[in-house]
Amino acid sequence: MRYKQGNYLILSKKTLAKEIYDLTILCPEVAEAAKAGQFVNVKADGFMLRRPISICSIDKAKGTIRIIFEVRGEGTKVMSQLSEGEMIDLVAPLGGRAFKLEQYDTAVIVGGGIGTPPMLAVAEKFGEKSTVISGFRNAAAVILQEDFSATGAETVLCTDDGSAGRKGFVTDALKEVLQTKKPGVIYACGPNIMLRRVIEIANQNNIPCQVSLEERMGCGVGACLVCACRTIRNGDEYYAHVCKDGPVFNAQEVIFDD
Amino acid sequence: MTEKLAVRFAGVDFKNPLIPASGAFGYGREFEHFYPLSALGGISVKGTTGTKRNGNLPPRVAETSSGMLNSVGLQNPGIDHFIKIELPNLKTKDTVIIANIAGSTADEYREIAEKLDKTDVDMIEVNISCPNVKAGGAAFGVTCDGASQITKIVRAATKKPVMMKLSPNVTNIAEIAKAVEAEGADAVSLINTLLGMRIDIKTRRPILHNNVGGLSGPAVFPVAVRMVWQVANAVKIPVCGMGGISTWQDAVEMMMAGASTFQIGAALFADPMAPVKIIEGLEKYVQDNGLSNLQEIVGTVKPW
Repeated sequence: MRYKQGNYLILSKKTLAKEIYDLTILCPEVAEAAKAGQFVNVKADGFMLRRPISICSIDKAKGTIRIIFEVRGEGTKVMSQLSEGEMIDLVAPLGGRAFKLEQYDTAVIVGGGIGTPPMLAVAEKFGEKSTVISGFRNAAAVILQEDFSATGAETVLCTDDGSAGRKGFVTDALKEVLQTKKPGVIYACGPNIMLRRVIEIANQNNIPCQVSLEERMGCGVGACLVCACRTIRNGDEYYAHVCKDGPVFNAQEVIFDD
Repeated sequence: MTEKLAVRFAGVDFKNPLIPASGAFGYGREFEHFYPLSALGGISVKGTTGTKRNGNLPPRVAETSSGMLNSVGLQNPGIDHFIKIELPNLKTKDTVIIANIAGSTADEYREIAEKLDKTDVDMIEVNISCPNVKAGGAAFGVTCDGASQITKIVRAATKKPVMMKLSPNVTNIAEIAKAVEAEGADAVSLINTLLGMRIDIKTRRPILHNNVGGLSGPAVFPVAVRMVWQVANAVKIPVCGMGGISTWQDAVEMMMAGASTFQIGAALFADPMAPVKIIEGLEKYVQDNGLSNLQEIVGTVKPW
């Protein structure tokens, strides 16, 4: 992985839903190196720690990336006040392991809530050979449906309360999709409780599965060791680091806490 | 680069006084993406124990006002891995390599020091102040007797320069510094992190799985300056100052308090380029103030 720190121009800023922002950033060297599943570490003015945000989409020809983030606290609030035409300070592209895409022809892609954006870069790779299942709390929180459709992927929208798409969880939709399809791989990003269920379903159906994890981070590059997650490595439990050993892990490596 | 930042510290020649702090810089590999490691005065590498340690359960980090808490818990691959894999790589980087060691028992400190004595590491920094490991580190660092005991054991185990890393979680840090000086320490470094805690008011759970952790970052800087000043006035051995330094001005302040070298940790997370910026700032400071060497400012604070 090659990464660097730089200040880059924000080409456009959109509000996708309440407190969810979409930035397109001109950063040719980052776009050139970036892979689906990687992230950027964003400086929030006045804060100690950078905010890791997954890369939503990569346009190598235009030299741009898109990032989508939700205001969760004071740091992301400061980030949300950045405007079109201003500069954003990134360390990027980060993540020692991106999604492995090459060896598969067909995919089911699962995203939950603010874990949905990184799945767009995956869908762009598979296009009509993929099914994207995304889930949100309600209609007001739904994002990226047109973008997913534009890739050619079949889309299944779920909301917890049924106010948009079908009512229920992405895992219910996943089970149904797998009754008629046998994809080469399942990719997922979202809350741990969702990832855990997705992995169970993938295992029951003997389908390889890759998940993108989230953890509180420090340096973002693998030096400070704070973003530990429990994994199995060579038969032993090992505290891997989401920033460098991930953020994408194979389903069989990950241990979720009870 | 100018000779004007050079310093001989505990018998070792540093091209400048800036050292990335143990635990914030891994073994240097991750930061080579940003600049050559030869730009640095030295590197204090990730704390190393006798055998590999998995560290504490996550979450291991919590942001605070102007700082952060961490509870990594000395996750590291162990001394044999360090000597075999990391040290040979680091020794090609044209900078001073400081091994940082920690143990749960006095014997563990001795064994690690004996192993390092046979290597070409430049210096040993002895962590008797890690706040995140129940059985180790800090248990020795918070009493004069404990600090003396570990200093004596490491001193006997190696001819390498020995720098004792002191805990701020004590009543009188100058007394601890005098105790390690008396047992033959070549230098002291301070401060390690201050023990702290944050609670998520929604879940009533501490944010750190370890419940408590070490506070670092600009929030601790004034405490560090005060302690460096007290220690520098109490001992004759040189002092490596650390705790919340993030700009060249902070570094100058720390040196005026009595530090002849300094370490930076948390600042690297906000800005991985911080070391380069601080060194540039110090070069300009020396120029602007007509100093022949930056060391001229060490301990020059004029107390009221």
